[in-house]
Amino acid sequence: MNNANHFNRRDFIKTAGVVGALLLSNNGFARATKPPLGRVVVVGGGYAGATAAKYLRMWSLGNIEVIVVEPNAQFVSCPLSNLVLGGSKSINDLTFGYDALKANHGIKWVQDTVTAVDANAKKITMLRGELNYDRLIVAPGVDFNYDSLPMLASSEAQQQIPHAWKAGWQTVNLRNQLEAMPDGGVFVMNVPKAPYRCPPGPYERACQVAFYLKNNKPKSKVIVLDANAEIISKKGLFAKVFNETYAGIVDYRPDNAITGVDVASKTVNTEFDKIKADVLNIIPPQRAGKIAQLAHLIEPDYPWCEVDFLTYESKLAKNVHVLGDSVAAGQPKSAHMATSQAKVCANAIVQLMAGLAPDPMPVFANTCYSFVDDKQAMHVANVFRYDANKKLMLSAEGGGVSMSPSEKEGAYAQNWAQNIWADTLT
Amino acid sequence: MKKLSLNRFLILLLTTSVCLPKFGNAAEVSSFTAVQNTHIRALAASCAACHGTFGNSVASSGADDNSGANAVLAGMKSAEFKEKMLGFKDGSRKATVMHHHAKGLTVNEIEQLAVHFSEQKRVVATPIKSQTLKASHE
Repeated sequence: MNNANHFNRRDFIKTAGVVGALLLSNNGFARATKPPLGRVVVVGGGYAGATAAKYLRMWSLGNIEVIVVEPNAQFVSCPLSNLVLGGSKSINDLTFGYDALKANHGIKWVQDTVTAVDANAKKITMLRGELNYDRLIVAPGVDFNYDSLPMLASSEAQQQIPHAWKAGWQTVNLRNQLEAMPDGGVFVMNVPKAPYRCPPGPYERACQVAFYLKNNKPKSKVIVLDANAEIISKKGLFAKVFNETYAGIVDYRPDNAITGVDVASKTVNTEFDKIKADVLNIIPPQRAGKIAQLAHLIEPDYPWCEVDFLTYESKLAKNVHVLGDSVAAGQPKSAHMATSQAKVCANAIVQLMAGLAPDPMPVFANTCYSFVDDKQAMHVANVFRYDANKKLMLSAEGGGVSMSPSEKEGAYAQNWAQNIWADTLT
Repeated sequence: MKKLSLNRFLILLLTTSVCLPKFGNAAEVSSFTAVQNTHIRALAASCAACHGTFGNSVASSGADDNSGANAVLAGMKSAEFKEKMLGFKDGSRKATVMHHHAKGLTVNEIEQLAVHFSEQKRVVATPIKSQTLKASHE
């Protein structure tokens, strides 16, 4: 408790000036020194958490105190990170700081790891202190489930066989291995059983690796072992690119779940095949992030968090909201979905903390681009609308995918990235 | 005490011109209008992934701000917004991506979004600068 109190006093003084300046620049409102509506603690500074923090501050006009707890000092974007493998982006193009977000919106920040959540006491414990909250937002992304692939659970094994499914040094590692691979080598990757983070991501990755190989090591190939019965996102588009643009390079094998891996020899077993790879990239099965697990926000037999889609409040814990990839939404686990959910949640929390009803009919959009080479991209876009009878967000009419990948959409996708980064982080 | 701060907050909510449309007078204020209002602001906010916070796109491909892909929506005339979106919705206007969104929205939502974006202030928004990835990152 001492730690938490200490943090509060010290940080409040530091933040008061920022908040004051912010409000003055709005409309010159006089305001109380303490936000009257209470405190929201946000666990996780990814797309969902950072967006929720920003919009809570903006929509409450500074009347809700927001503290983000995030272990990393930097934000690394998963969207566009496959382009690091293709070679048209560097990881340093996708890495950002949190300073602008904090300063622009008077968000308090703790760089720490959450170790426990006590929903009854409305308190979280971190490695270096505790925080009380009025409402908690948990946005931890995905956790890799190594139950079926225990040989990959160690960090040593993940150095040899990267997942590169959380952008950062893992992405750089896989790119380095690809660059070091001899011409004529075999790059083997998998697609885990859906749902997982970013449905089109593995197929985009296959394209990016194939793009690199076609231009640099044309005797090489990419074997894609898909645990699903078919391509699960932008199917016709990816199938055409695999069969035409990357004919002879991409070897796509549906219904081919991985049953085991020999780490030392980079050999992978499926029900049908045993394949020795020169570079092996295993994207493990996924479940709700660790904090969602330790906060008991998932049922024992289900890997994702059930929420009320009007507020994103957990069905298992009062005053605890869950956002982003951890949510059992039945929709793509994408960055745009994470930010759209975050805005519905922030909107609802501002209403609830002001004693008002949340929007009973949320509607939001999702747009997701995939790059097939360094310049051409294609989209899937949908509106999702709350169905009051089913109590679910359902796909509205009229959604769909590109006719074909194009350079024009490649430019749109780059614009998308710049806009979602600025919206999330400034 | 709680009631006081709540009233104060509601006054703040309803008088700001930054985030919310203005109401004519306090008599119009009800929880119903507040809910209507928040419905559109959250929907409008989901456009930000491609069009920037409050429609202030930091990267667009058009000849000018209000045209082309990832157009700036902040301050766009409501009639222009409505005409374009209804065109995307009924297919009379050529689109690459926007028809997939416009068809999913109701005419009423399009009309309210048109008003919402016309009331947003155009501000100079710039992309965020990237950084070198630190060795300490996971």
